[in-house]
Amino acid sequence: MIPIPAEQLANIQRLAPEIVLCVFGVLIMCTDPFLRAANRKVLGWIGFIGTLAALGSVWFAAQNPGPAYSNLIRVDQFSIFVHVVVIAASALAVLGSLNYLNAEGIQRGEYYALVLFATAGMGILAGANELVTAFIGLEMSSISTYILAGFRRRALQSNEASLKYFILGSFATAFFLYGIAMIYGATGTTQLDLVQHALEATPAGALSILGLGLIFVGLGFKVVAAPFQIYAPDVYEGAPTPVTALLASAPKAATFALMLRIFDTSFATVGHLWFWAIWGSAILTMSIGNLAALAQTNVKRMLAYSSIAHAGYILVAFTASTAVGVAAVLFYLAAYALMKVGAFLVLTHLGQQGEKRLEIQDYAGLGSKQPILAACFSLFLLSLLGLPATGGFLGKFFAFQAALDSRVVWLVVIAAINSVIGAFYYLRVIVAMYFWEPSKDYTPTHVAPALTAALLIAAAGTLYLGLLPSRVLIFAKAAADSLSLR
Amino acid sequence: MITFLPLLGVPALLFLRSEDHIWIRRIALAISIAEFGISLFLLPGFAGANPNYQFVENREWIGEAIHYHVGVDGISLFLVLLTTFLTPLAILCSWNSIHEKVKGFFIAILVIETAMIGVFVSLDLFLFFVFWELTLIPMYFLIGIWGHDRRIYAAVKFILYTMFGSILMLVAILWLYNLTNTFDLPTIQAALQFRVPLPPRTELLLFGAFFLAFAIKVPLFPLHTWLPDAHTEAPTAGSVILAGVMLKLGTYGMLRFCLPLFPDAAHRAAPYIGVLAIIGIVYGALVATVQHDLKRLVAYTSVSHLGFVVLGIFAFNTISIQGAIYQMLNHGISTGGLFLAVGMLYDRRHTHEIKEFGGLATPMPILMSGFLFISLSSLALPLMNGFVGEFLILIGVYQQHAAWASWAASGAVLSAIYLLWAYQRVALGEVTVEKNRTLPDASNRERLILATIAIAILFMGVASPLFTRRMESATDNFLQHANRPQNASHPKLTLPSVKAAEVAIAGKDRIQP
Repeated sequence: MIPIPAEQLANIQRLAPEIVLCVFGVLIMCTDPFLRAANRKVLGWIGFIGTLAALGSVWFAAQNPGPAYSNLIRVDQFSIFVHVVVIAASALAVLGSLNYLNAEGIQRGEYYALVLFATAGMGILAGANELVTAFIGLEMSSISTYILAGFRRRALQSNEASLKYFILGSFATAFFLYGIAMIYGATGTTQLDLVQHALEATPAGALSILGLGLIFVGLGFKVVAAPFQIYAPDVYEGAPTPVTALLASAPKAATFALMLRIFDTSFATVGHLWFWAIWGSAILTMSIGNLAALAQTNVKRMLAYSSIAHAGYILVAFTASTAVGVAAVLFYLAAYALMKVGAFLVLTHLGQQGEKRLEIQDYAGLGSKQPILAACFSLFLLSLLGLPATGGFLGKFFAFQAALDSRVVWLVVIAAINSVIGAFYYLRVIVAMYFWEPSKDYTPTHVAPALTAALLIAAAGTLYLGLLPSRVLIFAKAAADSLSLR
Repeated sequence: MITFLPLLGVPALLFLRSEDHIWIRRIALAISIAEFGISLFLLPGFAGANPNYQFVENREWIGEAIHYHVGVDGISLFLVLLTTFLTPLAILCSWNSIHEKVKGFFIAILVIETAMIGVFVSLDLFLFFVFWELTLIPMYFLIGIWGHDRRIYAAVKFILYTMFGSILMLVAILWLYNLTNTFDLPTIQAALQFRVPLPPRTELLLFGAFFLAFAIKVPLFPLHTWLPDAHTEAPTAGSVILAGVMLKLGTYGMLRFCLPLFPDAAHRAAPYIGVLAIIGIVYGALVATVQHDLKRLVAYTSVSHLGFVVLGIFAFNTISIQGAIYQMLNHGISTGGLFLAVGMLYDRRHTHEIKEFGGLATPMPILMSGFLFISLSSLALPLMNGFVGEFLILIGVYQQHAAWASWAASGAVLSAIYLLWAYQRVALGEVTVEKNRTLPDASNRERLILATIAIAILFMGVASPLFTRRMESATDNFLQHANRPQNASHPKLTLPSVKAAEVAIAGKDRIQP
């Protein structure tokens, strides 16, 4: 047997989550042809086990933190935190997909394989310490999700979503790539810590600033920060609902992680410059998201706009650019992923076959017809609204606190007013569910056990983050400290 | 401990079948009565002379900054008692009037009780905010599900108004945290006093953020417009809790946070707030006079009476503040009682229109005399609780601003007009609507409710020293903080003058309005 050098072993260990995800993805692809159509649901379970195995390997990777593959990837508390969020979100999305795909008649192996590949790409994004590696991660996750968005092939909306996402997304990644090129031109390196040293040694010139701006365009697209949010409502509405659950949560978390690494460490010296860009983008993002959500009657589209609004709140914490701010962003991402995946998964069931029942009046009287489902949905909505005792509240709380800590007062006031506007449309759904007379023409259908489990996990997580957040908070703080901030 | 007892009842209720209405009601009632019993035990254990917080619990909750820190002083003690006193009555009054989703209804009431007690006992700003917001959701459901015709409009208006106020308060709380590095109320208070004095502009902004949240809740004119809708549309129990306790969350917040934390700003804003309070008193009274909906009438009396409380608080004077606290309790009992009586009428006729009634004293003498008794307490007839509170406030305010007091006194006169006129139209004269001739008089359950309220009214009217004695040291202590910048300018009024006020009360026993 050929001895493997210890260094190589450490590399594999540190990349274990991505390796596990890809292995399971390939496994699904290989098993798919041997299964009859009726049995393909098994693939979904393989996918779910794959995500669980990946969570386990995150733990395994965490045992030996450090750089891997000549410092292209880093395993630190920060990347571990984001890995957990991303993989947990896709595990929930997979659980929520099992029955949905059957109902839509699109139960195929590629679906789960693509989810796993996308997750692996996001994992790379979270751990990348080098811009081209980050680009590979971004492409891996993007291309998989372009296909996933169009997975309901026969639905026009789904095709539109996929195409729109693909074309605009390609533009955004091109911007990102240009940005990398310019930064390389300015500093002679694409490695994030070396960029930081270079910029500390000599003041940043126009070229690197321009590069940073282009990177902001590319990543801003992924996290749906205004003015790059235009695509989001159409894509989120058109994509199959479990895919929307994934899209709205995991890529956002991974991309925000990369943004934090780039902006808060490498480009910390020009913080005064990008601060105002983020500041303005935060205001635009929150306000556009909330105001547009007010006008929606389709709940899925409303939640899509609400994701935009939430990206704005995260940007508020982002402006702090301190360890407190990073911890706030991370905590927010965790809470946000849980409540958003939960909310979209509820819609997965409520939409019924063909995603026909997504209008607000379709949910009239749901509170008395399906009390548990309605209670879960209300919990997610209240958490998105920011009611105390839920994760969403503490996320907002820490975000505001971090921003105020850095004396970003007016932004916080605007964010606060925005969250009241938000209350209006979230409550409208609750009003429909509990206060309206039930519609007669709809008899509730049984919620599949897998979906129920996913919903209950998300609900329990939301409450846990709201009531006993200490452990997660300590973890987030450790993660923030592991980024060597200024 | 007391805070969470009602919550214990929630799982118990959850396990009952939703059709099992009788046991749901019984268990909810038993829990709320047990809660009242336990909270009564606070009284003997409470040392009246001690100005500090008592029954304190302090544990770490989230990180090092956020604690589960609770305790009561002479101000919050009685508000907790008021809450535990009114909740069983609210449950009793909904015994037969709630038919749908019975389980959810009683769960909501118990959750609300927990949240309200939590607000009164919290000594940590974060904890306070959590409870403060938690009161909203069950009330939102109470109004929205079990309310009357325009319930959805009223529920949404209620929650949006309150949320707007509270979110700015959250920003202010965070600001304070960044200044002082703690959410702990006593620590912040000490820090602002000695360590980090606030610049005047910041102080005014922070004061404004807190005050706005509380003023919406109270509600102070011109922020009161959510109140008539919410009260009118809410089910009886909802109105009782809303008027009886939730409005006091606002005045309590002013006392507990606005004044001690930002004394300078409070002093600077006081003249404007005083004027708004007086406008509220007179305006509320005038609008109440012309209402043709009985419940709306009672709702506007709240605007007027709470104006008195705010006026008393912002007169910065021991007597007026004690009066304000006392009036908070009185208002809880008497307005709660009025809503209960109106609710009983509604159970019979399913309307609140005054012209649908008339001459009701003939078919139901007991119910109507109960109504009269509570009205008299609400209009501050001597020997009843309302008089003590209003009188103390007026004396206190008079010592500071004689003009304010005279304007406010006109509100007291007006209250006699609208309440007695309403009583006259509802109860006296011939029976005008045929249907009313055969209405049944108060049932045993309703008699129990009315009697309890009446006893409380009389007891608080006669035995006021029992209450004021325990409030005294807390009020003094608190005024020392509030008057920190100009200690000398306000001569402190102490026990003898309160005694004098009570002698005056006793002397006017026999005056009839």
